[in-house]
Amino acid sequence: MTGRFVTVPSALPGGEARGQSLSHQARLGIALAFAIAAGVPWVVSGYSTFQLTQATIYAIAVLGLNLLTGYNGQISLGHGAFFAIGGYTTAIMMHRWGVPFYLTIAPAGALSFVVGVLFGLPALRLEGLYLALVTLSMAVATPQFLKYFDSWTGGSQGIVLKKPAPPTWLPIGTDRWLFYLALATLALVFWAGRNLLMGRTGRALVAIREHPISATAMGVNTALYKTMAFGVSALVTGIAGALGAGVVGFVSPDSYNVFLSISFLVGSVVGGIATISGALFGGLFIEYVPNFASDISDAAPWAIYGLFLLAFMYLMPKGIAGALADGLASLRRVPKANAALAGDRSGKQTQSS
Amino acid sequence: MDQLLQQTLSGVATGAIYASLALALVMIYRATESVNFAQGEMAMFSTYIAWTLIQAGVPYWAAFLLTVAISFIGGVLIERIVIRPVETAPILTHVIVFIALLLILNSLAGWIFTYTEKEFPSPFHDKPLFHGMITSQDLGVIGVTLCMLILLFLFFRFTPLGLAMRAAAQNPASAKLAGIRVGWMLAIGWGLAAAVGAVAGIMVAPVTFLDPNMMSGVLLYAFAGALLGGISSPGGAVLGGFIVGVLENLVGTYLIASELKLSAALLLIVITLVVKPSGLFGTILVRRV
Repeated sequence: MTGRFVTVPSALPGGEARGQSLSHQARLGIALAFAIAAGVPWVVSGYSTFQLTQATIYAIAVLGLNLLTGYNGQISLGHGAFFAIGGYTTAIMMHRWGVPFYLTIAPAGALSFVVGVLFGLPALRLEGLYLALVTLSMAVATPQFLKYFDSWTGGSQGIVLKKPAPPTWLPIGTDRWLFYLALATLALVFWAGRNLLMGRTGRALVAIREHPISATAMGVNTALYKTMAFGVSALVTGIAGALGAGVVGFVSPDSYNVFLSISFLVGSVVGGIATISGALFGGLFIEYVPNFASDISDAAPWAIYGLFLLAFMYLMPKGIAGALADGLASLRRVPKANAALAGDRSGKQTQSS
Repeated sequence: MDQLLQQTLSGVATGAIYASLALALVMIYRATESVNFAQGEMAMFSTYIAWTLIQAGVPYWAAFLLTVAISFIGGVLIERIVIRPVETAPILTHVIVFIALLLILNSLAGWIFTYTEKEFPSPFHDKPLFHGMITSQDLGVIGVTLCMLILLFLFFRFTPLGLAMRAAAQNPASAKLAGIRVGWMLAIGWGLAAAVGAVAGIMVAPVTFLDPNMMSGVLLYAFAGALLGGISSPGGAVLGGFIVGVLENLVGTYLIASELKLSAALLLIVITLVVKPSGLFGTILVRRV
């Protein structure tokens, strides 16, 4: 099974692979990307801003899943459940106890973390497909549970929330404010995620994915790291869920269905599994491709969406981030020796499996 | 007591359908090490083909056999066209390709046949038998499924092609050296799985009615059954399917509100898996390191 789980990009962009600090160009690129993103709400309509906010939130959720599935190799088809926990924590706190939106985000993340750790414990005994089934059943059960405990969740009616307003001293509309809030959270989460993944912890997570026995032999506490990966992954996705509830201003059981969970996995693979930047593309894919597909064919939009998925898998097996990294690498004319070395390494891996 | 027996038997009938689909999942799993999430939608599409044939005036059993044959060819084509390009790709790529296939089939069915529920004929007339212990519909479903399972067992056990397919699944490299065309064995495996799925779809359609989403719940139970019995063991998967069918019915009747039936059944399975991760009858995977 070694090396079969994900296609590891042969040349990761910048210093991502070796845990170095970012190169000068990379810093410039990131700053530029944020500057452009910050400018966008001033040139597009309110609805487009809303869509972009959604995409940003999905990107955060996908990063959460990526931590677990991409870096640690535990497949989850149920991250919609953590998104729901985040969303409902915010909704219930705001609706029942009148807590301001901004104070609900941390508890939402904390609760998701606890549930994630609790879920990670039995997951220790489950591998690959078994974990996929268990998490998938979690996704299936989520709407049922939300409907069943209707005294808290409002049943299938859901809960309507007041969208968080911008501070009074800031002369911008709610849509733009929420976008900036999401963008700032994204930046924070991505920065934290990178620091977590590029150091000791990240190496331990990848080692467990690639070869659990060797990882244990090297002194990695496999159980601890796997459980914590589940918890942190749930935390990040839960925060995204809390933001999502605030931005939409409404939560209902049917918006946290199985398809949401599947979308997260799709976004994380299409964007580029086991890359941090991939989560961005994943978020954009989840938000925009379904709309784009129904623009092409009103009758069978999901067939078009499916064809897109197939095309992405055939043409960019490493996801969008992987394809971009490969493109950049070939532009920079990476010495052939390097590529040969990478090929040699993967060859050895296949033999040893 | 009567009710218990009744519910158990009706659970066995549902279980027969889960067992067929679980077997289809196991057949593809043994060959490719991934679970075909699109299995249910393939079965649903086959059922629509059967419905179209019956609407066109083809007698029931002729339509049944014709659908099984068409599904077999369809399965082979899907393997050749969609799966082959990503055969050596990582597991997650497979998962995404299966999800894509699921969405495409589901959406196409909705587009061609509309999303309105359709009645599907049954040759077994829903009559109570043996003092109301079991309906003729349930008995018919159990009978057809058992016939199919026996045929498949004989095929894999006693025919050269069956042996070749088992060899290709167990050890592709050695099978190739022995002159077996492994790629085609995979394709035939997909064809057989699609045919088995078609039978399951046709059997379940009179009960659930025909619509593009009819198989999503069924697939989940079948998946659960396959894992419960051990996904590496065909016999275990079939038994697992029956167990899940009976459990689902009994839990739904005696223990819990029917909205939580699915969750409860899944919870039981999760507990089983945590206690015995390789399934009830699966072999524990020993991996060389």
